[in-house]
Amino acid sequence: MPVAGGERFPNRRKPPMTALAALIRRDIRIALRVGGGALIGVLFFLTVVVLMPFAVGPDLALLSRLGPAILWLGALLASLLTLDRLFMADHEDGSLDLITMSRTPLELACAAKALAHWLAAGLPLIVATPVLGLLLNLDMVATAAVALTLLAGTPALTFTGMIGAALAVTLHRGGLLMAVLVLPLSIPVLIFGVAASQAVIVGPMTFGAPFSILCALSLVSLVIGPFAAAASLRHGLD
Amino acid sequence: MSGPNKGEMRLSGQGLRCVRGGREVFAGLDFAAGSGETVAVVGRNGSGKTSLLRLIAGLLVPAGGTIALEGGDAELTLPEQCHYLGHRDALKPALSVAENLTFWADFLGGERFDAAESLAKVGLDHAIHLPAGFLSAGQRRRLSLARLLTVRRPVWLLDEPTNALDVAGQDMFGGLMREHLAAGGMIVAATHAPLGIESRELRIGGVV
Amino acid sequence: MTLIDLANPTRFLALTARVLPWLAAATIILLTIGLYQSASAPDDYQQGATVKIMFIHVPNAWLSMFVWGVMSIASLGTLVWRHPLADVAAKAAAPIGAAFTFLALLTGSLWGRPMWGTYWEWDARLTSVLILFLMYLGLMALWRAVDDPSRAARAAAVLTLVGAINLPIIKFSVDWWNTLHQPASVMRMGGSALDKSFLIPLLVMAVAFTLLFVTLHLAAMRNEILRRRVRSLQMTQASQKAA
Repeated sequence: MPVAGGERFPNRRKPPMTALAALIRRDIRIALRVGGGALIGVLFFLTVVVLMPFAVGPDLALLSRLGPAILWLGALLASLLTLDRLFMADHEDGSLDLITMSRTPLELACAAKALAHWLAAGLPLIVATPVLGLLLNLDMVATAAVALTLLAGTPALTFTGMIGAALAVTLHRGGLLMAVLVLPLSIPVLIFGVAASQAVIVGPMTFGAPFSILCALSLVSLVIGPFAAAASLRHGLD
Repeated sequence: MSGPNKGEMRLSGQGLRCVRGGREVFAGLDFAAGSGETVAVVGRNGSGKTSLLRLIAGLLVPAGGTIALEGGDAELTLPEQCHYLGHRDALKPALSVAENLTFWADFLGGERFDAAESLAKVGLDHAIHLPAGFLSAGQRRRLSLARLLTVRRPVWLLDEPTNALDVAGQDMFGGLMREHLAAGGMIVAATHAPLGIESRELRIGGVV
Repeated sequence: MTLIDLANPTRFLALTARVLPWLAAATIILLTIGLYQSASAPDDYQQGATVKIMFIHVPNAWLSMFVWGVMSIASLGTLVWRHPLADVAAKAAAPIGAAFTFLALLTGSLWGRPMWGTYWEWDARLTSVLILFLMYLGLMALWRAVDDPSRAARAAAVLTLVGAINLPIIKFSVDWWNTLHQPASVMRMGGSALDKSFLIPLLVMAVAFTLLFVTLHLAAMRNEILRRRVRSLQMTQASQKAA
């Protein structure tokens, strides 16, 4: 088998990490540059949390009891609603075609995109949590517990939400349909995230058990999410 | 079947059948291009020119037939040795011209390169640090062409490549294609307008 | 000097270049005086030294609303009079207004800590300011979301004016919601008139902060004009053919 022809078009054997790092860098750069895309998520989070007391009343004791649930719901909505453009923009400008054709496995490229999204949009939510904890009268320990559970749980939200984002490309439809598809998938994360935070505040459960399950959910979604998203994207190409 | 000469490559498709949305677009299509050759795919709108390119690029799965590249890099699949220049330019308006090009060079695994040099070849060296969003349609197309020059791949799949390019741009592009062919590359181009280089015509979907 | 004279960005730049140093100097002098007076004001018999937060808090709270007023007038300028600098003024004011509002919230919550025992109480006033803060942030997000400034200007102007109409309604609703849940607020300035020893430093600080805003606003407007010039130069450069 002659390979001389290939030699004239040398393909430097770059490790896939270079390509993935480039993809992550690009996505974060865009998220920070375009219309504060990442920060709008934080603003949304803030707004949702501020709305809650108007519905349940300004009773601080009640708010501090509901605090973890409110923060988790806010973070859940904020991280899922910013996801629906994850693949859509790349699909619309043709980048997704080139990513699919490239040597980098599509699964890894999907994971890289989700990681970039989590870094640009998920991490700021966790940074904002202490401020919102203040508004909801959570004490230091409770706020730290919620922030820790969000740190462990939001990757699961991003990586399962990614499946919905991929379906949105396949189905040429984003927005609410995606939310309806993905929100039920995030119920386990919500259950254990809030349970672990509540365990710190009121007990009687230990923090460890629900928190371990939360971490496990994140790890599982780290594996399943990219494969499901890549399968969906491949199938939806046309 | 005689294999290609040493150092020669040959891209060929046999008995290709393409079905999209339950409708047969074309069937029994054969084509071939060796090193330094160009196939100009012509046909009326909807005859499947873009579909053929996307089949070769691996972006569509053929309903029948095979596509093969002989003499290429044995470790790479066909799509990994192709450049696909579609209707859309795969550019991010928020990133600068250089950032756009560098990203694709890094992602597609190109050689170490000088962004200024590649951009000079396509006449964009005056805009290196400007956001790609400021470019006109023709300039965006030139920037996509710079991607083809930066990452060397033997097969170029071009979909209406001269769209949006002015006369000077078409001349420049003709020169780039000739260089690519002289280096032993192959081009499959779907086009309505003449490409400005010697090419073999592949007519699909009957008479224009 | 009329608004027409200011309509030309070049003249605006020249004029503000001359005015700004004086404005900055006046701001610094007045702030120094105000801070000195605030520091030497007597402690409150109930609140002790914490009352001094008021001298920072009240001017910030005043400006948080004043800036929205400025933006509303500028928005009218964009929509009705089509004044060329109106949207520059509106855009430049938003982050400054947000900063003042944030400081009002921050000082309010620091003040509330010894009074209420928590940093945050869903007190009607603080809550209204918080909503105002969110609206500032939303407006800034809108400005950033749209690339073309002239297109963003109209959307932002409409939003600003709607906000201006809505603010009293929001304030009223929040008051109503608040009294529904808790009959008496812990902290009231009380019906009694403020003592002179408080009032004068407070007024000086209010004027100083207003001057601070004007200085920052003019400087921000200059930046915005220059930024737009850079942008249009870049666009011209992009459209030039390479040699």
